[in-house]
Amino acid sequence: MKKASVSDISRDVDQVGHVDLADLPPLPKPYNETESIPKFRPLTDKAKESYVSDLDDTIVLSLPKPKNKGDEGILVRKFLSGLEKLFSKENNWTFLQPLTLSMENCAKCQTCNDACHIYEMSGNNDIYRPTYRSDILRRLYFKYFKPGGKFFSKWRHGDIDLNWRTVVRLAELAYRCNLCRRCAQTCPIGVDNGLIAHDLRKLFSSEMGIYAKELHENGSVLQLKVGSSTGMNPVIVKDNVEFIDEDTSERTGMKIETPWDKKGAEILLIHNAGEIMSWPENHGAFAALFTAAGIDWTMSSEAEEAIGYDNINYGLFYDDMMLAKVAIKHAKAAVNLGVKKVVLGECGHAHKAFTIIADRVLTGELNVRRESAMTLMEDIVFSGKVGLDPSRNDFPVTLHDPCNMVRLMGIVQPQRRILKKIAPKFKEMTPHGVNNYCCGGGSGFAIMSGHNFQDWKMHISGRKKMEQILNVFKDEIDPSIQKYVCAPCSNCKGQIRDMISYYDMWNKAGINYGGLVELIVNCMTDAKPGFIEWEVY
Amino acid sequence: MSITVLFHLITYAAITTFGLVVAIRFVKIYKMPMHLRWELYPVAHEAGGKASYGGSRLEEVDWWTKPKERSTFNELKVMIPEMTLLVALWEHNRKLWWRSFPFHFGLYILTGLVGLIVLGALMEMVGIEVSANAGLGSLVYYLTILTALGGLSLATIGCLGLLHRRLTDEGLVDYTSMSHIFNLGFFLVVLGIAWLTFLFADRGFEDTRAYVLSLITFDLGAPVGSFLVGLEIFLAVILIAYIPMTHMSHFFIKWFTYHKIRWDDEANEVGSEIEKKVLEQVMYPVTWAAAHVNADGKKNWVDIATEEMEK
Repeated sequence: MKKASVSDISRDVDQVGHVDLADLPPLPKPYNETESIPKFRPLTDKAKESYVSDLDDTIVLSLPKPKNKGDEGILVRKFLSGLEKLFSKENNWTFLQPLTLSMENCAKCQTCNDACHIYEMSGNNDIYRPTYRSDILRRLYFKYFKPGGKFFSKWRHGDIDLNWRTVVRLAELAYRCNLCRRCAQTCPIGVDNGLIAHDLRKLFSSEMGIYAKELHENGSVLQLKVGSSTGMNPVIVKDNVEFIDEDTSERTGMKIETPWDKKGAEILLIHNAGEIMSWPENHGAFAALFTAAGIDWTMSSEAEEAIGYDNINYGLFYDDMMLAKVAIKHAKAAVNLGVKKVVLGECGHAHKAFTIIADRVLTGELNVRRESAMTLMEDIVFSGKVGLDPSRNDFPVTLHDPCNMVRLMGIVQPQRRILKKIAPKFKEMTPHGVNNYCCGGGSGFAIMSGHNFQDWKMHISGRKKMEQILNVFKDEIDPSIQKYVCAPCSNCKGQIRDMISYYDMWNKAGINYGGLVELIVNCMTDAKPGFIEWEVY
Repeated sequence: MSITVLFHLITYAAITTFGLVVAIRFVKIYKMPMHLRWELYPVAHEAGGKASYGGSRLEEVDWWTKPKERSTFNELKVMIPEMTLLVALWEHNRKLWWRSFPFHFGLYILTGLVGLIVLGALMEMVGIEVSANAGLGSLVYYLTILTALGGLSLATIGCLGLLHRRLTDEGLVDYTSMSHIFNLGFFLVVLGIAWLTFLFADRGFEDTRAYVLSLITFDLGAPVGSFLVGLEIFLAVILIAYIPMTHMSHFFIKWFTYHKIRWDDEANEVGSEIEKKVLEQVMYPVTWAAAHVNADGKKNWVDIATEEMEK
């Protein structure tokens, strides 16, 4: 593999880094032969002509190429303006202190690199080092905004040129990190390259209007306009849920009716609305479990002043202001109904966005009580309120830890205690818990698949999770043995679903996936057996 | 002004610079706005066994009704080994640990050496002789020498190891700047002169102790002892003044990165100090230029965050 240096980012070369499948670490059986692995589709000539594509072999942002010197100059000026604002308390009080500390105190020991699944599974491709994009930004920050920067930046950090190529490549590079912060966990000093990638995305979005369309226009903006990034308005979501209730009633033999807009309920359940669209059995299982346990709960159909039925908050991944807008509307949904607490469904980033990140955004009555579905489900499972027959889950099960919920929130054990109780063949991946690896779809990648980015996700960012899943099931990899990857997070499920499909893992290895609540309902004695439908694949 | 007076003044200035730079940088960082929560688990002060696997109070149903338990013991269990033994490096970069640990631990021992020299000077100031045959004074005398031998050995080995790695490790080449080489080189020069001073000029640290005593008593005219002793002291104090101006200031920066970021899991409660700070900070005017932010330099965070998107 050709080496890439930090200063290459501004050089006039076709591509700074290159992905070659031959460089990637091999996968376990049955994907240990090259022929068993799908090809990495190259970018089309049209895409290369139309968009900036000279970072690596894929594109996320679809940035148009500057037409002339004037356009090039504008890119550089806007970037510098954004960089200045990124280090101002007025525009970035939210992360100024951690960002500054990470910028100014890295020892450049490269300890973090080995913790990064993208760097490792790319065959140690230089441009995917957690330190690569950080050092580019660091050199620019010192060069342009520190006293004597022109001289001292070179002395302290090495030289770098700032031109339009630097800017657009850096924008793309901000979207080659899952923001899982596994690298930060290993830094002896506490430098956080995940945060640097996060704040780079913020600079590009908040100052330059450069973002992944899937996150912004089709994500946060759509959610703020109609109530959900899925595009579902209140009428449609209620209609869909009614259908799910009917289906779940049929599947479980229970009478399921999701309560809507019930004032003063104990619990407001907010799902990632993607569950309702793509994994209706997830909502069905929640409804069945809550019904069986006699929980006083409701869903909210608000979509105007408040957002009540879609807990996604993609602002977490790229733009603080969008995060704040959505978080406030989520809180208002709880306030308007006067519920005692909000329970977040199986969505990792929504957990972190609303519970942790928005904690210092929400004040007064908006500071509503927020809780994870993991703890509530544990409470129900161990309370004896529902009858359970673990023998219905007599198949190999493993647990994927969503980074946002586990490493970044410390919700580690409830889901494990549940699985140990209800899944006799549950076993852990290595490593797991707070040392887990990202699924590869983190930071919004799971919903991004433009151009050939799906190939990049499947071959690079998802490769480590794929390796972990295949390894944990290596003794029963025979496709006739049905296996279940429990991923209590919509984003992670999206990524794992795509990996199963891309690599044909159901047919070749008997691997299926789903959430946690489905496993509970699958063994709930109030429900008919067979809630999990293996034939889906 | 005589050379000895100037020498003393440089020493005072260097030590003051060290203290001032650390204090100024500390205050500057401390006074930055409160950031959003950005903790990373395990959080060391979690109690009830949670710290061992990285759990938090968010694992409890109705967590806000439970008392917030904080374990100083758990925190110290992580902090002390991290500070003394560089545990994170041991766990995540063993190759580097074999170089970095002796360097850092050597520096800790050398810090202890400075303490012993100051102690010896104070003892002499009150009339207790510090020498090879002086009862209590001999204990300090020999301990000083042993500490110097241990500290210098470890620090020198570590420093050479770090420099060697910086110059030869392929993965580090692109991330090694002139300042890295200069910093390690500077340490090597100071350590090298220290060895020469110890071996050939001041084996019992009598001259150094006398100089420190003159610093304590403001006896600015007191002679420095020998050229090597003077050179060593000069270089060492310049190095001390220089350290907090570089990324080597992580000796105090880590307090922020660990306690104020990684382990800052303090929840915001209505009417709390945190809420007061949030309310103050959301009044900052915003100047981000992207159209969707819709900022004008007058609108603050509240204005923008509560503004409806165009439908």
